[in-house]
Amino acid sequence: MAATDVDIFSNEEKRNLSLGGHVGFDSLPDQLVSKSVTQGFCFNILCVGETGIGKSTLMNTLFNTMFENEEASHYQNSVYLRPRTYDLQESNVHLKLTIVDTVGFGDQINKEDSYKPIVDYIDTQFENYLQEELKIKRSLFNYHDTRIHICLYFIAPTGHSLKSLDLVTMKKLDSKVNIIPIIAKADTISKSELHKFKIKIMSELVSNGVQIYQFPTDDDAVTEINASMNAHLPFAVVGSVDEVKVGNKTVRARQYPWGVVQVENESHCDFVKLREMLIRVNMEDLREQTHARHYELYRRCKLEEMGFKDTDPDSQPFSLQETYEAKRKEFLGDLQRKEEDMRQMFVSKVKETEAELKEKERELHDKFEQLKRLHQEEKRKVEEKRRDLEEEMNAFNRKKVAAETLSLAQPLKKDKDKRK
Amino acid sequence: MSYGERFVSEADRNSSIMGEQQKNLEGYVGFANLPNQVYRKSVKRGFEFTLMVVGESGLGKSTLINSLFLTDLYSPEYPGPSHRIKKTVQVEQSKVLVKEGGVQLLLTIVDTPGFGDAVDNSNCWQPVIDHIDSKFEDYLNSESRVNRRQMPDNRVHCCLYFIAPSGHGLKPLDIEFMKRLHEKVNIIPLIAKADTMTPEECQQFKKQIMREIQEHKIKIYEFPETDDEEEMKLVKKIKDRLPLAVVGSNTIIEVNGKRVRGRQYPWGVAEVENGDHCDFTILRNMLIRTHMQDLKDVTNNVHYENYRSRKLAAVTYNGVDNNKSKGQLTKSPLAQMEEERREHVSKMKKMEMEMEQVFEMKVKEKIQKLKDSEAELQRRHEQMKRNLEAQHRELEEKRRQHEDEKSHWEAQQRVLDQQKLEASKTLEKNKKKKIF
Repeated sequence: MAATDVDIFSNEEKRNLSLGGHVGFDSLPDQLVSKSVTQGFCFNILCVGETGIGKSTLMNTLFNTMFENEEASHYQNSVYLRPRTYDLQESNVHLKLTIVDTVGFGDQINKEDSYKPIVDYIDTQFENYLQEELKIKRSLFNYHDTRIHICLYFIAPTGHSLKSLDLVTMKKLDSKVNIIPIIAKADTISKSELHKFKIKIMSELVSNGVQIYQFPTDDDAVTEINASMNAHLPFAVVGSVDEVKVGNKTVRARQYPWGVVQVENESHCDFVKLREMLIRVNMEDLREQTHARHYELYRRCKLEEMGFKDTDPDSQPFSLQETYEAKRKEFLGDLQRKEEDMRQMFVSKVKETEAELKEKERELHDKFEQLKRLHQEEKRKVEEKRRDLEEEMNAFNRKKVAAETLSLAQPLKKDKDKRK
Repeated sequence: MSYGERFVSEADRNSSIMGEQQKNLEGYVGFANLPNQVYRKSVKRGFEFTLMVVGESGLGKSTLINSLFLTDLYSPEYPGPSHRIKKTVQVEQSKVLVKEGGVQLLLTIVDTPGFGDAVDNSNCWQPVIDHIDSKFEDYLNSESRVNRRQMPDNRVHCCLYFIAPSGHGLKPLDIEFMKRLHEKVNIIPLIAKADTMTPEECQQFKKQIMREIQEHKIKIYEFPETDDEEEMKLVKKIKDRLPLAVVGSNTIIEVNGKRVRGRQYPWGVAEVENGDHCDFTILRNMLIRTHMQDLKDVTNNVHYENYRSRKLAAVTYNGVDNNKSKGQLTKSPLAQMEEERREHVSKMKKMEMEMEQVFEMKVKEKIQKLKDSEAELQRRHEQMKRNLEAQHRELEEKRRQHEDEKSHWEAQQRVLDQQKLEASKTLEKNKKKKIF
């Protein structure tokens, strides 16, 4: 490796050098760009809003195309997410666009869990990416990235304030995805009402600590326009795919008896601003933020949950290999311990039961010992009685014999007497 | 993943699970601006590139680098590798920051003073391999941290290998080095000091080298296939002239009123940037102007991934059954552990159930035995009791008999006694009578 003795070349100081001519690495950005164009881009939009608020229409209007969409019914039991992917091309740029619709949002009577399917979907996409990234044999460069880059939150044009469902949902989503709130069906609000509505919404978001996406102001080329657009949030949009003739032009608009609301007229609604910000200026930044901020946060939380750390108590950085090895040892040790524990439990259970049974056995034994002793006692008594009886019998027999012997002797005497 | 699979066709990627549809836009949307956004961001970020130069001393490496980048990277204050030879092969790097057209490039040049210069050059490639691996290791570690920040890319993106212009063929050291490094880094072999050979000699030499490279199955850097016909033509031209024969120079000479970089000889000037004199321009165009990004991509997607998968496979399957099929490698180690955990849980459940069963059975057995022995003892006790009772009764019977007999005999005796008494009384009477 690097020389151990002091050598100018072993320090990491960067020297600034000037070039004596055109070297040519200023083409590097072009090389990079042409690579990404060849690979194609992908962009994923999540539309969150009540049924019928105009999500599909807005998508059609934004991308100037009719995405197939059946109208959703109001009778869904719960919110579910419906992703659809389309291949679009504009000049030489290929875009793989995924639009995720939240079907049934806001329709249930109890909306406490409405946000959950949305959060789960976003997390699942992060998880899929993380799994791919952690694989041993992985192919990230042709992985179809499904992580949500932008969440368009559709606010109903009540003119008053945000609904509590809106606040709850946005609060749950703001750390996971870039949120741009938009006021849908803005053609139902007058200009003055709109102004008040926007202020109310923004102040509510701020007071509730909801972090919405801020258009970046650090790139000189777009600082100005982004800064001014930040002030127009939330965008009040109108969507339409119908064409109406206004003057001698045919524009996309909504025809009312009292006038024509032109979608691309900046004094009628903020549609153009939304399109400008979302697609033409900040699309790449949205992708970058998703990857560098939201995904990293998810990844960090997930890894910490699994017990991975960056440094051990002595502040020595772990190498991935060591971490995995340590994790693996821990894991295997854990499994073994569980097995051991279970065995131990069984052994002690067995011992316990054995002891119980032995106890019972002993009791039984004792009982029968006692009975046996009683029995012995009885037997002895019987024996005694028997002996007594035998003695008596013997005594009687002796007596009898004695008496008989006597009576035998007596008749002789009698005879003797008789003979005299 | 092999070199050939680098470029995935649009068609392949389109056939994904989600069922995509091709849509035609009916008006200008604006995402065609996306490349510009990417351009701007990349310029803002700046670029990095690490170039390694390897070759024996005196082959003109420092001069070539200076010529390539039109700057005094190597100078009297920062001498080239040939002036810094130590006892063992070193791997040293220097970083320079250069700017051009608003584009900032952090260029790291890695050189290897002492390479191939000793008498015994066995293993002189080892420090090089170690250096490359350690850069991969650093990147892997920073990529695997829980808290990740912008990761600096210090991996070696390209290795220029300088071949001495012997005119005959590759030296054993050349072959050995390239064989050991071709799967770790993009190798671009160069013929150094090409101005010592005539064009014909050069042609021969190149053919010989390419033959030997193919013979030893050395994988040098391959140019990517493109759909663009123009580009493909250029690429083919480059491929025909591999390995590139280069000349470098730190001096500028006036030739025909033009100021050019070149080497002044009594017989003329060898111009560095003259395509007829050497392949320097091709090298510069290829290395810097057209394929720099691709070199970085191949390093990232092929060489680094190879390193990473080898490293992680060794870790994950260390100590575990090594007969696992290759298909296991497509899982992340964490998913692997998750699956093993699930397997283990079900195994434990089974074990638990089995143990329970055995336990229950044994307990039943024991209880049964206990019951049986209790019954047995009970039976015996009953029997003994009955025995005893029988004896009792027998005894009672005997006693009764005896009593009967006794009373009967006693009754008899009493009768007899009575008779005797009467008899004796009569006798007495008779006796009394007789006496008279």
